[in-house]
Amino acid sequence: MLFLHLFWVYIKIGLFNFGGGYAMLSLIQEEVVERHGWITMQELTDIVAVSQMTPGPIGINSATYVGYMAVLNAGYPPSAAVVGSLLATFAVCLPSFILVSVIFYSFARFKKSRYVEAAFLGLRPASIGLIAAAALLLMNHENFIDYKSLLIFAAAFFLTWKCRVHPILMIFLAGVAGLLLYW
Amino acid sequence: MYWTLFLTFTRIGAFTIGGGYAMLPLIEREVVNRGWMAKEEFVDLFAVAQSLPGIFAVNIAIFLGYKLKGVWGSLVCLLGTTLPSFLIILAIALFFTQVKENVWVEKIFKGLRPAVVALILVPCIHTAKAVGLTWKTGIVSVVSALLIWLLGVSPVYVILGAAAGGMMYGLSIKKG
Repeated sequence: MLFLHLFWVYIKIGLFNFGGGYAMLSLIQEEVVERHGWITMQELTDIVAVSQMTPGPIGINSATYVGYMAVLNAGYPPSAAVVGSLLATFAVCLPSFILVSVIFYSFARFKKSRYVEAAFLGLRPASIGLIAAAALLLMNHENFIDYKSLLIFAAAFFLTWKCRVHPILMIFLAGVAGLLLYW
Repeated sequence: MYWTLFLTFTRIGAFTIGGGYAMLPLIEREVVNRGWMAKEEFVDLFAVAQSLPGIFAVNIAIFLGYKLKGVWGSLVCLLGTTLPSFLIILAIALFFTQVKENVWVEKIFKGLRPAVVALILVPCIHTAKAVGLTWKTGIVSVVSALLIWLLGVSPVYVILGAAAGGMMYGLSIKKG
């Protein structure tokens, strides 16, 4: 049953993802943390941090990780957890594969479709809202435990926003800051 | 040919750190330089891949595979793109469950978590600027964020609503 749920949830995540990996986060949060409780909000934040440092799209990374953890947390052995991660990764790609297969043969028509164009008048600003929601949802007591967290957040925001520090370097610096501040 | 496709996309999948968009310049260079596709064709493909749901880099890989070698080509490209990140995350998950209780790891992650929020917020602002939000479209963004954050509305409904609203609005101004 868990495997079936996992498959279905990641089909949904793959199908309703407009606007990139971060926009996907609020969807993942809703399904994986709120509804099914497969991982905690903290673990979701951790996987985003790890995704920044590892290759590949965040959607794939999170599917692989969540698939693994969900099965493991349910008390199955690690070998079953590997199956879970395979299943979730496969599921998140499946809608793309089906849609592209359909669209590929009507490529020219789709490109000029005024329905698609019009839908994006709404989808584009909404996906910005989705990203903002993901950030707001992660601003909780699990991730912000004291004033030091606020300090790290402010510094990270300033450095990425004004000084254009690369995210990988930022993750590294934040890790060092954590080590020093919580010594 | 399948083997070359697989290797090319595995390389792209393995060497692009920081999300799908980082893959783009690499994909473009490989595909255009090898003469698999003209530059204009790639730009068109880019636009379509972006307007489909799903993971952007995955969409592009599947499209290119179709274009070059049909269904099997697309499966090979899909496998090539996803395999490196799948294996790496699987290794990390295996490792992470071992070291998670470690005090030092916990300290590091206490530092990482607030920074992650900043790392999501900054591209959000950049995207808002790039899209050129006006007060009208800005309201759509704010309402979407609040619905999800405060009221706990599923993002699925927000997306469906936004697409429907955009269609009604877009088609009505074109008629009028």
